[in-house]
Amino acid sequence: MAENPKIVLPDIPNLRNIDTYVANGGYGEAMRKAYSMSPVAVTDEVKKSGLRGRGGAAFPTGLKWSFMPKTNDKKKYFLINGDESEPGSFKDRQIFEFNPHQMIEGILIGCYAMQIDHAYIYIRGEYAHWVRMVERAVGEAYAKGFIGPRMKDTFKPSGEGVAFSTELTVHKGAGAYIVGEETAMMDSLEGKRGYPRFKPPFPANFGLWGQPTTINNIETVANVPAIMKMGGEAFSKIGDAKHPGTILFGVSGHVNRPGVYELPSGTLLLDIINKHAGGVPNGKKIKMVIPGGSSMPPMRGDQLEGVMMDAEHLKAAGSAIGTAGIMVMDEDTDIIKVLTRIAKFYWHESCGQCTPCREGTGWLLKLLRRFEASQAMEGDIDLLYDVAKNIEGRTICALGEAAAWPVYFTIERFREDFEKRVKPGLKIESPNRVHALRRGGLEPVQLTVPVVVRV
Amino acid sequence: MPIFSNSELQEIAELQTRYPKPMATLLPVLWRLQEKRGWLDDEAMEEAAAVCDVSKSHVQGVVSFYTMFFDKPMGKYHVQVCTNVSCMLRGGEKLLDEMKNKLGIQNLEHTADGMFSIEETECMGACGGAPMMAVNETFFEMVASTEANDVIDHIKAKGEIPKPKFVQQMPELTEAANR
Repeated sequence: MAENPKIVLPDIPNLRNIDTYVANGGYGEAMRKAYSMSPVAVTDEVKKSGLRGRGGAAFPTGLKWSFMPKTNDKKKYFLINGDESEPGSFKDRQIFEFNPHQMIEGILIGCYAMQIDHAYIYIRGEYAHWVRMVERAVGEAYAKGFIGPRMKDTFKPSGEGVAFSTELTVHKGAGAYIVGEETAMMDSLEGKRGYPRFKPPFPANFGLWGQPTTINNIETVANVPAIMKMGGEAFSKIGDAKHPGTILFGVSGHVNRPGVYELPSGTLLLDIINKHAGGVPNGKKIKMVIPGGSSMPPMRGDQLEGVMMDAEHLKAAGSAIGTAGIMVMDEDTDIIKVLTRIAKFYWHESCGQCTPCREGTGWLLKLLRRFEASQAMEGDIDLLYDVAKNIEGRTICALGEAAAWPVYFTIERFREDFEKRVKPGLKIESPNRVHALRRGGLEPVQLTVPVVVRV
Repeated sequence: MPIFSNSELQEIAELQTRYPKPMATLLPVLWRLQEKRGWLDDEAMEEAAAVCDVSKSHVQGVVSFYTMFFDKPMGKYHVQVCTNVSCMLRGGEKLLDEMKNKLGIQNLEHTADGMFSIEETECMGACGGAPMMAVNETFFEMVASTEANDVIDHIKAKGEIPKPKFVQQMPELTEAANR
């Protein structure tokens, strides 16, 4: 195996073209191998590979697939999540643009493994240009008989394989971060407001239109053809043992060469920043790095030494892999301003179902705006921390955590930056902290920034 | 007055065969309506409700939920500037202010001639190309203030969106090209 294997985005020009893709082994060996195995055996092979979801939670993909009912008496669906709205992540777009057919092939293999006869790819509305690219790719694959009823003739089963065909539909979203949450995506696809659903029941039992559904990230399914080709065991040896394979690292912010880099999991975070992304401009020091998209715990510049980029090591280091969108901030960055912007995002994107999130994200933003204006009151740091802690774990979906984590981890790790923004002697005499928060900024202090937040 | 022609209705009916319920085509149908009319007025929402077999209030609920559906008129060229973290770190806010000044409008307003509107957007997934701005569906990445100004001038003069200078490439290919 080469030192830096390229599995999802190989160095082959014009791979988006179906003929180039087929000439490079696409819709061939991987499909034939899958079709010579029983569906359950395909799932087992993916289990053996150790592939974990690339959408944020890093859940084992094979295990997820095995949750689907094995019988065919119910209609089942496969939903591929291309909503990619987490600030800092822009990896799926590269797959749409440079290797859409590998993603489609992965979907077809997944459909076979779970015996699903209809898959939907949900892509965010802002990616209109890339939606068209994927639609074209799907159209080409249909025309060649790789998808649809003609699959039965194109891919003849052998050995344990069974005859099989599936449909694939591309669905375009319309701009809502929350739709990236798997159950909200199901509601959105059904033609509703994208509200996350309470779990259980889990999608594998009650998903799209009440039928068993599996939801995978774009990058996850794009890995599947490679697993079929090289075998699960070989795949499990790439990168970190507990989170094998390559990961598309999207590096943005204060680096010389921002972009997407496909590297084995477990690559050193500082290597990604300094070697691959060209380091921080003007040789400045790193103040903060968010390693997995804006909802993940930020890390201090002095915490980064030896940190490896995979789910387990990053967790041990005090953050999480998320979508592997690495945001780098240099020593001159105003952390409070960054955090306020993040808080504004989650306040804007909260769907409004759960009170702790709907109200809490607004409170976080109001409080942070006080810090931003250096008008924070004594005790506001603890109040901010308290509000964040009280959102966490009290909401239907993970947006609550997504809003809370950056806030309280930043307080824990950059407390001195907050303390600098507190105006000494500024306080409200109220025994009721909620009361203090509501009144905060209106009396007795007149703020220089508006406290009513509405875009 | 029906908005969709018979052939368009035929297309939608075909699309509806790909979903178990017609309601699922609400987003695609609203996209088509917005493309035809620029925004989603009462009539458009009524048409969507009829085509997708849902109530008008349901359609209104959906339209108000998704930021890309407009419930008021917007410019023919909708300028979107991202100010989320990655873009903010590389000058997104300055770019937004500059574009607001150039067009003489505020967030979510449109110019008097209906040509331009501007929106401060959340992350559009172009963090590697920050700062970025988008005009309708075209992304302009690594966009310097001169290019951004040129884009607006080009649209004003020629009535079309110019090709972006920055083209997203695979990093390895970029490095090879640099050598």
